[in-house]
Amino acid sequence: MSTMTTEAAKHVAPEADHADTGKTLMQRIAQLRAWLFLGALIITFEIWARLSFGGTFIFSPFNWQSVAIFAVAPLMIAVGQTYVIISGGIDLSTGFIMGLAAVVAAHIVNLAGLAMPLPVAMLVGIMAAVAAAAIPGIINGLLISRLKIPPFIGTLGMFGVARGAAFLLAGGTTVPVNNSWFAMLGNGRIFGIPYLVIVTAVFVLVMHYILSQTRFGQHNYAIGANMQAARRAGIDIRAHILKLYVLSAMCAGLGGALYAARFTAGAAQAGEPLLLDSVAAVVIGGASLFGGSGSIIGTVAGALVIAVIQYGLVFLNVEPFWQFIAVGIVIIISVLIDQAQRRFSGGKQDE
Amino acid sequence: MNSQTPLLEIRNLSRHFGAVKALQDCSMVVRPGEVVALAGDNGAGKTTMIKALSGVYPPTSGEILIEGKPVSFGSPQEARALGIETIYQDLALADNLTIGANIFLGREPMKKRFGFLPAIDRKKMADAARDTMAKLDFHVKRLDAPVSNFSGGQRQAVAIGRAVYWNAKILIMDEPTAALGVPEQRKVISLIKSLKTQGKGVIFISHNLQDIFAVSDRIVVLRRGVVAGERNIAETTHDEVVKLMIGG
Repeated sequence: MSTMTTEAAKHVAPEADHADTGKTLMQRIAQLRAWLFLGALIITFEIWARLSFGGTFIFSPFNWQSVAIFAVAPLMIAVGQTYVIISGGIDLSTGFIMGLAAVVAAHIVNLAGLAMPLPVAMLVGIMAAVAAAAIPGIINGLLISRLKIPPFIGTLGMFGVARGAAFLLAGGTTVPVNNSWFAMLGNGRIFGIPYLVIVTAVFVLVMHYILSQTRFGQHNYAIGANMQAARRAGIDIRAHILKLYVLSAMCAGLGGALYAARFTAGAAQAGEPLLLDSVAAVVIGGASLFGGSGSIIGTVAGALVIAVIQYGLVFLNVEPFWQFIAVGIVIIISVLIDQAQRRFSGGKQDE
Repeated sequence: MNSQTPLLEIRNLSRHFGAVKALQDCSMVVRPGEVVALAGDNGAGKTTMIKALSGVYPPTSGEILIEGKPVSFGSPQEARALGIETIYQDLALADNLTIGANIFLGREPMKKRFGFLPAIDRKKMADAARDTMAKLDFHVKRLDAPVSNFSGGQRQAVAIGRAVYWNAKILIMDEPTAALGVPEQRKVISLIKSLKTQGKGVIFISHNLQDIFAVSDRIVVLRRGVVAGERNIAETTHDEVVKLMIGG
């Protein structure tokens, strides 16, 4: 007994971490995987374009404008989705919230255009669309944070509600917009750069700042990793989750308004094909559906990967159905890389 | 030694759940730099005692005094503000965040970027993490690594470091060695000793009598909600403690 006590009494310092201060190669690959995919795709398409018709993929500015326009719509949803997925949730309702917002934007821009100058009417319409999108967001947030409905089910319900509401508001058809400023926002360019891309770039920067530099962003990561720990640290989880789903819905709302600007019409089905693309962009961009990881920059890369696949295959005259296969394969490879990396670094992984 | 004002004094604390008397007239004291082990069989009232001390629920009757002043708290946050920090068995760390971010979780320091844009001050968090961990003799180089990269004992050090940074006077540690291997257990015992030298009071809950004898100054044994006995570690044996725990 006495030997035991003296031995234990000797001071044993916790091991200093002598382990390599750098990150392992696997972690680097996993973090940059979206950019690696993007590079590989661009090189493949370039070689393909040169071999099949002696053209170029990379060096045509028109191609890049088209890719950027392709990426804008899913990116608006995907940025909000990134926040939700990092917190360990998912928001399935954003596709139709976007449609709802597009219809609201179209109606309000038309109505306001009767009473006020066109640029003001445009702004009023966009704000109304974002505000209208916030309503299903608030309901999602309350259902999930107060009534403890799993996010998958709660937002699936809202998916149906928003879809029906959007079609009812649109009267079952698309709503054309008569506002030259609004059409200009959706289709105009300055120095060859589409306004849509500029608006999206500013939006992405702001959202990146919020996620990486503010307490809201920091708490979002903590909640995704260990909700119990976040609660014990005094973070108001319920208020946070409510804000999170409102934010996601408002991103979709802005996306809907920009959609209405681009096509000078509001359509209830605007975001229908974009929902899964947006989740794919977040996952390819390095987020884990377990929560706790992901970044806005990664999501931008993910959205670009999808846009390059979609546009590149059309450019190379491949049957469009191959797009689905290509995006699907990229998602699977992306998750495989994530799993491999977790095995090495000892993070959470699927059993 | 007994002349000092106790850091924490519990007087005749009772907690009833309906007809169940989980704690009955329990009293104990913790002095600065003292490690008091709280032992007892399952259902003896250890958890109830911790929860009453950490603000999870109020006692039915009795008094809690910190440095001689009577206190009462309605939430874990209030208990923490008064200097009582509880380190749970599962450590409550966000695995994907750095040591600094875990220390400051929920109260992150902010700075102004470019003179106007508020941003989290990661450098301050990293510096505080390095200094705090150095106090616990854990010299971290990878301040930007998530805590999931560290071992069980190192993670325990992070949880303790968080309490130390926020000037906890009394640390309640619930089974801190239960989930660890033997070398890691040694390190935690060693951490508790360094808390002692810093004048903190520690309440140490464990099933492991070897750990209790290795680190504690006194042991308070609970049995069916009452204090069955209190002994100085130097003056007792394993057998006596076991007898107090099971009665007889």
